[in-house]
Amino acid sequence: MFDSLSNRLQGVFKSLRGETRLTEATVDAALREIRLALLEADVNFRVVKAFVDRVREKAIDQEVLRSLTPGQQVVRIVRDEMLAMFGTAAGGLTPASRTPRVILMLGLQGSGKTTTTAKLARWLTKQGKHPLVVSTDVRRPAAIEQLSVLARQLSVRVHEPAGEMDPVTRAAGALALAKNSGFDTLIVDTAGRLHIDDELMQELAAIRSAVDPTDLLYVADAMTGQDAVKSAGEFHRQMTVTGVVLTKTDGDARGGAALSVVGVVGVPIAFVGSGERPEDLEPFQAERLVSRVLGMGDVLSLIERAEAAMDDESRAKMAEKKDFNDFSLEDFRDQLRTIKKMGPLEQVLGMIPGMGGLKQLNEQRANMDPKQLDRVEAIINSMTPGERRNHAVLNGSRRKRIARGSGTKVEDVNRVLKQFVEMRKMLKTMGAMTSGRGGRQKLMQMLRGR
Amino acid sequence: MSSFFSRVRAGLAKTAAQIRDRLTDRGDRAAESTPDAGGARTATSLSEIEDALVGADVGLPATERILLAVKTAGGTGALRDRVGDEIRRVFAGAPPPLDNGTRPRVVLIVGVNGTGKTTSVGKLANLFKQQGHSVLICAADTFRAAAVEQLAVWAERADVDVIRAQHGADPASVVHDAAVAAKARQRDILLIDTAGRLHTRANLMAELDKIRRVVSREIPGAPHEVLLVLDATVGQNGLVQAREFMSVGGVNGLILTKLDGTAKGGVAVAIAHELKLPIRFIGVGEAIDDLVPFDADDYVKALFTDQW
Ligand SMILES: Nc1nc2c(ncn2[C@@H]2O[C@H](COP(=O)(O)OP(=O)(O)OP(=O)(O)O)[C@@H](O)[C@H]2O)c(=O)[nH]1
Ligand SMILES: Nc1nc2c(ncn2[C@@H]2O[C@H](COP(=O)(O)OP(=O)(O)O)[C@@H](O)[C@H]2O)c(=O)[nH]1
Ligand SMILES: [Mg+2]
Ligand SMILES: [Mg+2]
Repeated sequence: MFDSLSNRLQGVFKSLRGETRLTEATVDAALREIRLALLEADVNFRVVKAFVDRVREKAIDQEVLRSLTPGQQVVRIVRDEMLAMFGTAAGGLTPASRTPRVILMLGLQGSGKTTTTAKLARWLTKQGKHPLVVSTDVRRPAAIEQLSVLARQLSVRVHEPAGEMDPVTRAAGALALAKNSGFDTLIVDTAGRLHIDDELMQELAAIRSAVDPTDLLYVADAMTGQDAVKSAGEFHRQMTVTGVVLTKTDGDARGGAALSVVGVVGVPIAFVGSGERPEDLEPFQAERLVSRVLGMGDVLSLIERAEAAMDDESRAKMAEKKDFNDFSLEDFRDQLRTIKKMGPLEQVLGMIPGMGGLKQLNEQRANMDPKQLDRVEAIINSMTPGERRNHAVLNGSRRKRIARGSGTKVEDVNRVLKQFVEMRKMLKTMGAMTSGRGGRQKLMQMLRGR
Repeated sequence: MSSFFSRVRAGLAKTAAQIRDRLTDRGDRAAESTPDAGGARTATSLSEIEDALVGADVGLPATERILLAVKTAGGTGALRDRVGDEIRRVFAGAPPPLDNGTRPRVVLIVGVNGTGKTTSVGKLANLFKQQGHSVLICAADTFRAAAVEQLAVWAERADVDVIRAQHGADPASVVHDAAVAAKARQRDILLIDTAGRLHTRANLMAELDKIRRVVSREIPGAPHEVLLVLDATVGQNGLVQAREFMSVGGVNGLILTKLDGTAKGGVAVAIAHELKLPIRFIGVGEAIDDLVPFDADDYVKALFTDQW
């Protein structure tokens, strides 16, 4: 798997500890690694070149902050520059300039437009809005039906003129309905198309003229490679995109395409899609994506989910733990209970930095079912309170007893202890991030490589 | 049948001209490749080829391996041709699985979300039928909204019958029914469409494993082919997908779709290199006959053709 950028840089900077200024040689050595890391993450190679040049300009001759190593300083500049590219605007939609707000979804085939249309409708409903949706995809078989099914599931109104197969008429009809029936938002789903398909790009322009959208959301697949600049660039040139939705971020792609897209389109990402279900849509957060592209894992998502699932009591307990030296097997058990409530385990584990790449985790992944968690819990339950608080006392004979008590094997007990020790180590590096506000700062420090 | 290359060229001729001057890369590229002295010229064209390969999503590790192989082998002729030869060698090292004559032959189609699985099933049904085979389709995507309806339309277009179940049904049980039906109806080929799944979702990958087990119980040796559908726009994650679907899903070949766009799907070169997975078919459009058997020569040519 991919090494994180800071790991890569550690090697480069081993010999440069005492430097107080970033010299040209230092910066160039770092930038070589940064270039590789970004290419591995699928950032377009021209965007990489431009980006690396900018970082170089910024970095050379900069004073190294006393608290940082030269490597950390460069990573920090990279991170800040990347954040700057994504803009400071918070994700989501800006307040509508008029009513009804008309959102036009566009993008390549299979990028996730229809799914995102449904997700957005749900998201807007949660915000107290009344959206209407319409499909103009008369090309892909059963695409109209797909949106209707999703809308019905969500109790969202869908405009379905039976037998009407003209995309423009369908869109215009929906707008009239929205105006007459008091919907405050209309979302227009469109057929996927290639940016070089003139005929279909013209159709898109005709739909745009018919509904005069307030928002034009370009839906891009997070797994996209180098081609992202061409497709996004051409859609933007012809249609003037106002926002980007990055889908399928629930996988393990590094998502460098996001940087390419934002680089050519020049507008921030509005939302990210993180699963197939209608609830899997989140307003974009730049820090998360930056740490992902740089190989730092999606720590913030993990924290948020953990927080949502953790009951108040265990959250308070976690908040008390300052340095995690006193993180015990009892806490571990609490965490497991939390994890069980957090949803698909592999999804959660994939977000922990470093975990996605752990080979042994991959091998174990198939076994990571809820039953496995029950077994772990049984093992911990078979320990004495003293053992749970201090795992160091767990010698061979105690482990044998615990295995017998929990109906497992000694190897299972050993594995649980190993997992516990790993988790403890990880928590230590993550700092007290689970304790709310200060957490983000801590995380940022970690991203800086400390 | 017209080659992939000529089809793509024909489709692009109209747009290429208008777009060509739009991107600044042309100018940059021309400036870069201005030859100075003898040695510098080679270096420049090497870096140019590196850019072309990386820009086509071949990925750095595979690009470096290819360039190294070319440099060590030496030889005469234009660098680009030697690189092309090396890529052809990579593909030659990944031969397709043989048809051992078992009937029904089971072809399982898998991949992450939205890559073109269902469309490819429709196109394959059509292709196999044209080749004189009798085909049955199984709709094992019981998850995505209207996925079965989508496949049913394709089945009708290809004039092939389809075994389907209720939305939300266990995909393995539909596959079981389809395997039984394929035997009873004495079909040559059973094509199975599956739901899109990310390789990182262990439970969904386990579901795939179950499908394989169920079909092999009915038809020994099945599935004979497990084709991973890759979208040509995919980046380096394509390699991760291939690795995972190969180890869990038994993938033994690729379908590379959406090559009618500007993306080259170069990660398939890295996949052939590292995993020895052959590209079996390519998708070049949304019509039923827009699927053609893979041809390495055409592909290598297209790889080096800057369509923009
Ligand atoms: N231009 C082009 N579009 C294609 C090609 N193959 C498939 N598509 C389009 O890509 C989109 C997704 O195709 P599907 O066949 O539904 O993909 P899938 O993998 O079955 O998708 P899920 O089942 O939702 O994961 C559709 O709009 C297809 O028309 C191709 O070769 N070229
Ligand atoms: N895992 C995952 N799948 C997604 C996401 N968004 C969409 N999909 C899936 O991607 C496929 C294509 O989506 P669809 O909305 O039909 O794409 P469209 O052709 O652009 O309308 C479907 O299988 C969706 O379920 C996402 O955020 N994560
Ligand atoms: Mg759609
Ligand atoms: Mg499908």
